[in-house]
Amino acid sequence: MASKVKKPAARKKAPAKRARRTVLLVATRKGAWLFHGDAGRKAWRVDGPHFLGHTISHLVLDPRDGKTLLAAAKTGHLGPTIFRSTDMGRHWKEATRPPAFAKAPDGEKGRAVDHTFWLTPAHASEPNVWYAGTSPQGLFRTEDGGVTWAPYSSVNDDPQYREWMGTVQDGTPDGPKMHSIIVDPRDAKHLYIGMSGGGVHESLDGGTTWRVLINGMEVVQGYNLDPALPTCHDPHCVRMCPSNPDRLYQQNHCGIYRIDRPSDTWVRIGKSMPKKVGDVGFPLVVHPRDDNTAWVLPMDGSGVWPRVSPDGKPAVYVTRNGGKTWQRQDAGMPKTQGWWTVKRQSMCGDTHDPMGLYFGTTSGELWMSRNEGGKWACIARHLPEIYAVEAAVL
Amino acid sequence: MKVVIPSALRSYTASNETEARGATLADVVLDLERQYPGIRFRMIDEQDGIRRHIRFFINGSQVNALSQPLKSTDEIVIVQALSGG
Repeated sequence: MASKVKKPAARKKAPAKRARRTVLLVATRKGAWLFHGDAGRKAWRVDGPHFLGHTISHLVLDPRDGKTLLAAAKTGHLGPTIFRSTDMGRHWKEATRPPAFAKAPDGEKGRAVDHTFWLTPAHASEPNVWYAGTSPQGLFRTEDGGVTWAPYSSVNDDPQYREWMGTVQDGTPDGPKMHSIIVDPRDAKHLYIGMSGGGVHESLDGGTTWRVLINGMEVVQGYNLDPALPTCHDPHCVRMCPSNPDRLYQQNHCGIYRIDRPSDTWVRIGKSMPKKVGDVGFPLVVHPRDDNTAWVLPMDGSGVWPRVSPDGKPAVYVTRNGGKTWQRQDAGMPKTQGWWTVKRQSMCGDTHDPMGLYFGTTSGELWMSRNEGGKWACIARHLPEIYAVEAAVL
Repeated sequence: MKVVIPSALRSYTASNETEARGATLADVVLDLERQYPGIRFRMIDEQDGIRRHIRFFINGSQVNALSQPLKSTDEIVIVQALSGG
């Protein structure tokens, strides 16, 4: 009798390490696009336009569920709103109560939200909570994933904050902005906000009360104005280091700064940038694992402030020692006649190793580096004016 | 009454005209909101101001106040005014 051959037990496979892919969320003056990268970030599948003709100021994926997108939208004719998708943009639904200021009492002139400018998912312990910053400056919060939004009267209606915010004339050309809403990953109630203009502010109680955080910030072009006055300060972009939430970097209207909490004083680290380039710009990106590494994309702040790449030679500058020194990174970029403007939300990084860097220009080009700025390539052209680029790793 | 809807708002109404009721323009806009949630805030801001690039015409004449009285036979045309390129 033939013996029954026992089949060897199937070898248990080690769980496959799923390649994580990157999606770039590109918000423009005329709609939004999603660029889906392959595992190597070499090929990009274009999904869009979404909301063709709508001005999309920010498009953000919720990192807590990996599928919910919020888009801050308005059109040339219509008022602002928020669109929400829970299937990566296949379907969109409009907020039933978008960010709106409180109605002013009879006889008083109230403010109206022109557009939502900035979106920040809240702390990991608070699913469905998001913050929004608007133009003119206002802070809002949703607790239902973006369907209904409530204003923060502690900022929006506070007489002192209203004075610091100034008027529309005190803001950026397309309206004064509330931006850089940052949540401390160690404490859901620890928040930072930036206002253009109006300075940087901090809350330790979830936004009930705020304190000013502008020590060390210089007044633009050395004007003889009181540097203790928040109105005099225009932070363009503030970023917290994920690897060290006590360290924040700031690209200001007039310089690059760093602060190490609990210190309350910003240090101007941009003075070590090359003098011919200067330290004016809009975006700033921090490394996800190294708090000494950050990137800026300088703009020309001379004369009438062209706010384009200095001398028509675009470049990113990186520091790897907290701002003591900076190195130019321009491999792959135009060597001459590259007059780029990159807005504050239009540069970002992913969490891969090596980290990918991305930025979009107002002339509609999308650029990336797969090796932390060592070499750059253009991955899309002919888009509308790019307002924001976010990288989501799925 | 008949309300003519501009292309920018047809994502709400799915039609270039609709019917709405009200004794004033404000009432009509509220009735539109009841039928098409979200449409009011795209035209009227939170301080009850008509947005900069929205215009209302009643029987061919532009009106600038939401308090404008209306008759059931009036025709309202909502216009998306010039807003740049």
